[in-house]
Amino acid sequence: MTADLTALSAAGIAGAVRRGEASAEAVLDAHLTRVERLEPTLRAFLTVTRDRARAAARAVDEKRRSGGPLGPLAGVPVALKDNLQLEGVETTCASKILKGHVAAYDATAVARLKAADAVIVGKTNLDEFAMGSSTENSAFQRTANPWDPARVPGGSSGGSAAAAAARLCALSFGSDTGRSIRPPAAFCGVVGLKPTYGLVSRYGLVAFASSLDQIGPFARSVEDAALALSVVGGHDPMDSTCASAAPPPVPPIPPDLKGLRVGLPREYFISGLDPEVEKAVRGAVDVLKGLGASVREVSLPHTQYAIAVYYILAPSEASSNLARFDGIRYGFRDRSPRGLEELYERTRGAGFGPEVKRRIMLGTYALSSGYYDAYYAKARRVRALIARDFELAFRDVDLIACPTTPTPPFRFGEKTDDPVAMYLSDVFTIPSNLAGNASASLPCGLSAAGLPLGLQLVADRFGEAALFKAARAFEAARPFPALP
Amino acid sequence: MKEYELVVGLEVHAQLATRTKLFCACGTDGFGQAPNSRICPVCTAQPGSLPVLNRRAVELGFQAALALDCEIKGSSIFARKNYFYPDLPKAYQISQYDRPFSENGRLTVALKDRAPRVIRIKRIHLEEDAGKLLHELGAAELDGSLVDFNRAGVPLIEIVTEPDLRSSEEAYAYLSALKEVVQFVGASRCDMEKGELRCDANVSVRPIGQEALGTRAEIKNLNSFKNVKDAVDHEFRRQVELVESGGTVVQETRLWDAEARVTRSLRSKEDAHDYRYFPDPDLPPLAADPNWVAELKAALPELPAARRARFSRTLGLSAYDAGVLTADRARADFFETAARSAPAGSSKVVANLFSTEILARLNAEGKSAEQIPFPPGHLGSLAGLVAAGSLSSKGAKDVLIRMWETGREPKDIVGDLGLAQVRDDEKVRAWVKEAVAANPKAAADLKGGKAAAIGALVGAVMKLSRGQADPGLVNALIREAVQE
Repeated sequence: MTADLTALSAAGIAGAVRRGEASAEAVLDAHLTRVERLEPTLRAFLTVTRDRARAAARAVDEKRRSGGPLGPLAGVPVALKDNLQLEGVETTCASKILKGHVAAYDATAVARLKAADAVIVGKTNLDEFAMGSSTENSAFQRTANPWDPARVPGGSSGGSAAAAAARLCALSFGSDTGRSIRPPAAFCGVVGLKPTYGLVSRYGLVAFASSLDQIGPFARSVEDAALALSVVGGHDPMDSTCASAAPPPVPPIPPDLKGLRVGLPREYFISGLDPEVEKAVRGAVDVLKGLGASVREVSLPHTQYAIAVYYILAPSEASSNLARFDGIRYGFRDRSPRGLEELYERTRGAGFGPEVKRRIMLGTYALSSGYYDAYYAKARRVRALIARDFELAFRDVDLIACPTTPTPPFRFGEKTDDPVAMYLSDVFTIPSNLAGNASASLPCGLSAAGLPLGLQLVADRFGEAALFKAARAFEAARPFPALP
Repeated sequence: MKEYELVVGLEVHAQLATRTKLFCACGTDGFGQAPNSRICPVCTAQPGSLPVLNRRAVELGFQAALALDCEIKGSSIFARKNYFYPDLPKAYQISQYDRPFSENGRLTVALKDRAPRVIRIKRIHLEEDAGKLLHELGAAELDGSLVDFNRAGVPLIEIVTEPDLRSSEEAYAYLSALKEVVQFVGASRCDMEKGELRCDANVSVRPIGQEALGTRAEIKNLNSFKNVKDAVDHEFRRQVELVESGGTVVQETRLWDAEARVTRSLRSKEDAHDYRYFPDPDLPPLAADPNWVAELKAALPELPAARRARFSRTLGLSAYDAGVLTADRARADFFETAARSAPAGSSKVVANLFSTEILARLNAEGKSAEQIPFPPGHLGSLAGLVAAGSLSSKGAKDVLIRMWETGREPKDIVGDLGLAQVRDDEKVRAWVKEAVAANPKAAADLKGGKAAAIGALVGAVMKLSRGQADPGLVNALIREAVQE
């Protein structure tokens, strides 16, 4: 085959490998060649697992030759955010404190990818411990937006979003605690899915905020995102918060969206919303209307509290989740302490970056005796109100449509001096994590400067089937240009 | 000088007798095994690992709580207790805080020469154990301490009393009664040597007649009941002396120094940790299905105190004998099964054989009743043979030895050894005749009123019969013979 194998979708690659039209090794070579060429500019990967990937690709090809059944992701090159455990490979979470930490086991999602015959090509860059909105908080490198290398890819899963967009892999995975899949997908012009909380096992995802974290895919089509979810999703006895629900099958493209009720939340179309973003999103809503969907306004009245609630709950959980990075069992340890207290102080002082320290301190404060009720306990109650907003809205509509981010991708350094401005850029995505529902970002156009813009579709908990159906119809009606 | 009253509350940690740890599948049999031979990603807190609750631990915890008359809560919450220490891999302990699984129990405690007292149990909750630091070994080999995580994650229940105990004797008696119950229902083996039962004591004093409680000191490091008693006595004297000399008791944690036999201050209230408890987002609330709880309650075995009373009532045993027979559940079960299988009227013989021969043997071999190498029914039939007079008590002893070695039925052994007593008048009369003829002096003395002379004649008959003649019958026939 002479065609560019990196232009194929994940479903396309798996089909070609299954039919013997392309070898997994050739597919891998095509992607690794692109990695060689583009990675010096993009710097999406923290580790490229060339040798392991080659061994995996050859094993897939061998399996085909010997007539063995091939999995749904046969020969598909997949990249993993570097907070997912891949046995035998370094997992750093882009933090100095985990430099040199080699994973002792596979995350459940990773084990399922391997079982589906995917070929894992590497670990991607992120904001340290997934805390950030631009991937600038990585302790090791900054990842460029493939559409404009002077701009951020979004965060925290910036490496995975950039790698999928630039066709360094066919599929990639990230994690989403408040934003970390959808804005990077919007900024890089790919599909990004945050599944319903409990649909994908968190076992092996290095925890940031356990009640909010979800693993999800980046793909260049809705079909691939649905395919990816069907592989990694579903019950896992190793995660007690994992639901018994199975992910939906990949749906066909529906001829129209007649009967679909779409809600536009009044509180999301606010001042501060970039006019180009608003125009693109309203244009996308018109496309849905054109497909037969009915559109009405809905209200999510507690939206204004979402960021405050998030920045109490997520740091509280993080302050506890990140306490295990103490230099005792793995990762970095300061070598010159006098006594135990100093071992902790120096290891954590030198190992964590400023944003991680900021959140550990915020969370420690919010959980302190005397402050717990005023902060943590109250935030949990408000979280329930935010979830209730969605429940009520989903009585009237099937999906909610809104922007993924208030602005197009911004430049490096533009918001790094103002953490609160950075936090506010996540106003549209955080409510879905607090409510635990399903939401996805779909590319919905380019700005005048040629930068990708994202439409966010939000479905009720376990409403992935409805979400995929509408997203496939939208994607077919409004194709999005691929990167050259 | 005022008279003071001692007030004590106890917190007991008992290791649940599960095969695996509380949140992973590692074995709980790591005591005395190679360090870190019972570990996995979960109990060493590898990044991304998650806890999965052990249902058997819940069941055992519930059984202990039900046996202690506690109320089982429909829903309870696992909470994280956050603090840094190298033996605590996650830097938080999963425990239960404001929503324990059970509350409001009571235990009746028997006291020497006094009426029994009811001690209220405030709460029982589930939690995981920490690992163990090996300072000496580490210091010698590596110029530092080592950590053994075999114990990390082992399931415990913490049983907390109200401050109801008024003397060190009561504390001792409570612990003995508690251990008996918890062991008896099979919730814990309570092996103190292995640290399976540990105790902290909250001690305060107040002038007699005063209602309000004094300030308490918490005493840790009490690894035997005797140490609890001594530490409580010491602490009572220390606090009374302090108050009498014009000082005030401060709220603090004190350590019992078993060598010096004193308590020493460890940390004051000001230095106390802020554990920042919050609900563990990795574990859903523990729901107690009322039907299951009812089943567990119905299946509870008869508790030692009740069983003891029944044994002495129905079997006519002394309180002491009944106590010996119910000292542990295996013992009481074995005895009861044996007594039931024995022919009517022979249960006293079962009790005798058990509390003398069998217990002596078990003690000598350091074994428990579970390790008796023959079924209880065999002991019942053996007792039947003795009660029917077909086996002497000396013979029974010999048969028991054989039963222990071979596990065979007593009847068969009696046959093999030729131990069955000869009660055939004709046979015995013939031996008596021969013995009288051979010992004319003894016969004459006996006839002349020297009762002791019968010994030589009995001995002669026994020798002739190779010990098989029924001693009662021999006595009677000798007297008959010399009177003639």
